[in-house]
Amino acid sequence: MALAFILASIAITLLCTLANRRRGRTYLLMAVSVLAVYALQPALPIRFLDFWLPTATLTLAACGWALTLPAAGQDWKRDRAAALLLVGIAVLIGLTRYLPVSLPLLPSRPPQMSLVGLGLVISALIVALLIRYGRQARLLPISAPIFILGMFIALKCPPVTRQVSLLLRALNHQAIATANPLDIRWLGFSYIAFRILHTLRDRQSGRLPTVSLAEYVTYVIFFPTLPAGPIDRLERFVVDLRRPAALTAADWLAAGRRIVLGLFKKFAIADSLALIALNATNAWQVHAAGWMWMLVYAYALQIYFDFSGYTDIAIGLGRLLGFHLPENFNAPYLKPNLTQFWNNWHMTLTQWFRAYFFNPLTRALRSAARPLPVPVMIFLAQISTMLLIGLWHGMTWNFILWGLWHGLGLFFHNRWSEWTRGRLAGLARPWQKALNFGGAVLTFHFVALGWVFFALPEPSASWHVLLKLFGLA
Amino acid sequence: MLPSTEYSRNAEVRLDSRFLRNVLLKGIGLFLICNWLFAIWNPGGLGKISLYNHLFPGRERFPFGENPAQSYNLSLFDLDAMFASHVIAGGARPADEYRLILIGDSSVWGILLRPDETLAGQLNAAGLTRCGKRVHAYNLGYPTISLMKDLLILDEAMRYQPDMVIWLVTLEAFPADKQLTTPLIANNPARVNALIRKFDLPFAGLSQPTLWERTIIGQRRALADLFRLQMYGVLWAATGVDQIYPTDYPRAQVDFETDASFHGWNPPLLPADALAFSVLEAGARAVGDTPLLLVNEPMLISEGENSDIRYNFFYPRWAYDHYRQRMAEQAQRHGWDYLDLWDLLPDKSNYTNSAIHLTPAAEALLARQIASVLTQKTCP
Repeated sequence: MALAFILASIAITLLCTLANRRRGRTYLLMAVSVLAVYALQPALPIRFLDFWLPTATLTLAACGWALTLPAAGQDWKRDRAAALLLVGIAVLIGLTRYLPVSLPLLPSRPPQMSLVGLGLVISALIVALLIRYGRQARLLPISAPIFILGMFIALKCPPVTRQVSLLLRALNHQAIATANPLDIRWLGFSYIAFRILHTLRDRQSGRLPTVSLAEYVTYVIFFPTLPAGPIDRLERFVVDLRRPAALTAADWLAAGRRIVLGLFKKFAIADSLALIALNATNAWQVHAAGWMWMLVYAYALQIYFDFSGYTDIAIGLGRLLGFHLPENFNAPYLKPNLTQFWNNWHMTLTQWFRAYFFNPLTRALRSAARPLPVPVMIFLAQISTMLLIGLWHGMTWNFILWGLWHGLGLFFHNRWSEWTRGRLAGLARPWQKALNFGGAVLTFHFVALGWVFFALPEPSASWHVLLKLFGLA
Repeated sequence: MLPSTEYSRNAEVRLDSRFLRNVLLKGIGLFLICNWLFAIWNPGGLGKISLYNHLFPGRERFPFGENPAQSYNLSLFDLDAMFASHVIAGGARPADEYRLILIGDSSVWGILLRPDETLAGQLNAAGLTRCGKRVHAYNLGYPTISLMKDLLILDEAMRYQPDMVIWLVTLEAFPADKQLTTPLIANNPARVNALIRKFDLPFAGLSQPTLWERTIIGQRRALADLFRLQMYGVLWAATGVDQIYPTDYPRAQVDFETDASFHGWNPPLLPADALAFSVLEAGARAVGDTPLLLVNEPMLISEGENSDIRYNFFYPRWAYDHYRQRMAEQAQRHGWDYLDLWDLLPDKSNYTNSAIHLTPAAEALLARQIASVLTQKTCP
């Protein structure tokens, strides 16, 4: 996201803050978030796709709400205004096609109004059908996550994404020779999907609060967290949303500090480190191990400052709007072991995977008729969780290797902790400190070596870099 | 981050809107004062602070590049920073070094050539000795064609006490109207004006930057470039790459339109004041007693369409012939040591993407030619 866009977000947030009264607050935040969904979407070479993908985001959010309605039914009158607002904004954006000047609300011209109308009618029909029959359909709780998983694969698996691009290009009568997986970049889909899956799962387990359409949509597409998280939980989010946002001077100060810190992390530190960070080109050009380490360190720090900078900006913007968004990073590179690293790196993602994959899998393995030995259960749970997190970044070999690297690391740390539990408990404090320091250095280097797989799309390049790092190439 | 209540307790201030307003006003005030002080102080020597030659090896040629992300190099206009990043600024001169500096345009800098393939690199590879010392050639070429730009670099380079200067020129560097328009010149008005005054050159001085342009905000691009140059030192040190080496590129043009004009001038002769020989004279004065060898650099002599009108993309035949004649006259009149190598390498196979950019093999031939001239010269 460009600096100009972040500054515009800050300005819009300040405007929202000034207009931040209890009455209409949710609608205002939803409307701004809907506009942000369209405005943040990158331009795409497939005709009108940069209009349809944000529209699909809104449809998905509305579908998620329909599927999480309580069995007792819903007060449709309460949600009518929100539905009209959603459709109205989409129509207004569609109408910008006829303006003589282009607005920064959409990366390119929207489609003809007839198509916009048709798309919105289809979206409305899907949502209406889900409201009417969704709760009765027995397979929906299973098929909805599978549908979202399918979309994940379509977006994150390059050969499949290319096929989707081919199909869309053919339907649009566009050249198919230039079809590319990058043709389909759906802003924020991953985070939106995580939020929807969380609500679907929690509805099944009966833990989800009842929320209005406006509240649900605002939660799913809340504009400060749209591009890079954090992944909040609905029950926590609506508490802030329903509370009147009376900002104190302390809130302003905390938000300002957080935003400035985030801007500095992202645009001063991360962007500078990006100049010298490991990439697919320089991986083959470096001629000495020492310099290769320097590039790997630069990448490790760049990815941290970039991501945590965005998170700081999101949390600061949220604070200005009266939200206490969850933290995503807590000095992860200073942690003494890999388990703690993952408890402090992209925390909301790891919490999500822990809650919806790791814990259920572990429970299932434990409650099996013939339970596996504990180390095997731990191995399976950790490898598969980290593999999934890797695949979430992209269904390519480099992310698979990165996931396996961390899965194995977590498993070995678990076994090491188990082995040392009794043996190191009585260590003197200085020794304990030295051990923690050594652990932090070791953990940082383990993570940094893992970034080699993450940074380079070709495993052969990763292998070359690893050999070079240890003077073997 | 401290919770707000803790913050207010620790700092013993009342965290209210008045406090916030004061923070904001003080912040704006400090920002304005810093900008104003920066503009008044005008820290021109910031570029001299460099990590090159300390943390990173000095660059073999000046920083220049339009695609920093791939070339690990960038164009900037801070002459101090350019020199500070160059290997020539790397400490005291060894006692056994015969310091030879090469001044000129992109052909000297070495577009599409690796550092060891440039003229300086080839001269160094030849292992020459002169006056009992080992010849070390320094590449101080810079890829814009203008004598004034060369003079600017030469004047600065004299600080590094060369034993000899070789200045490669071509007609395109001479037109008087382009002397002050290259970016390096336009962005160094104080130094350029000083040169104009010092050598009494026939140019109106450049206007000085305004107060606003001298503030941190006004200088943000220059400051960012300075910082990026230091950062790219890591990749220069790690890879030795300082430009992009494409495997395929458009070759030098050999077919031309029937256009016989040169910078708006038409046959048969260039106007008397068209060429900036005064800058060449200034250069000869700038080097003082240091030997100066002027070289008219080799160029492609095309045999393609309309090559009876033009030698190459740059020059119609009449203009270039007249230039060579005048150059020889000037050299004779001023007693300059002048070597006219214009037709040393006429064939298109010797050139890469321009009529003056030599291939590595052709550059080696040019180096051999210059080396033979060097070895024939007597020592002082």
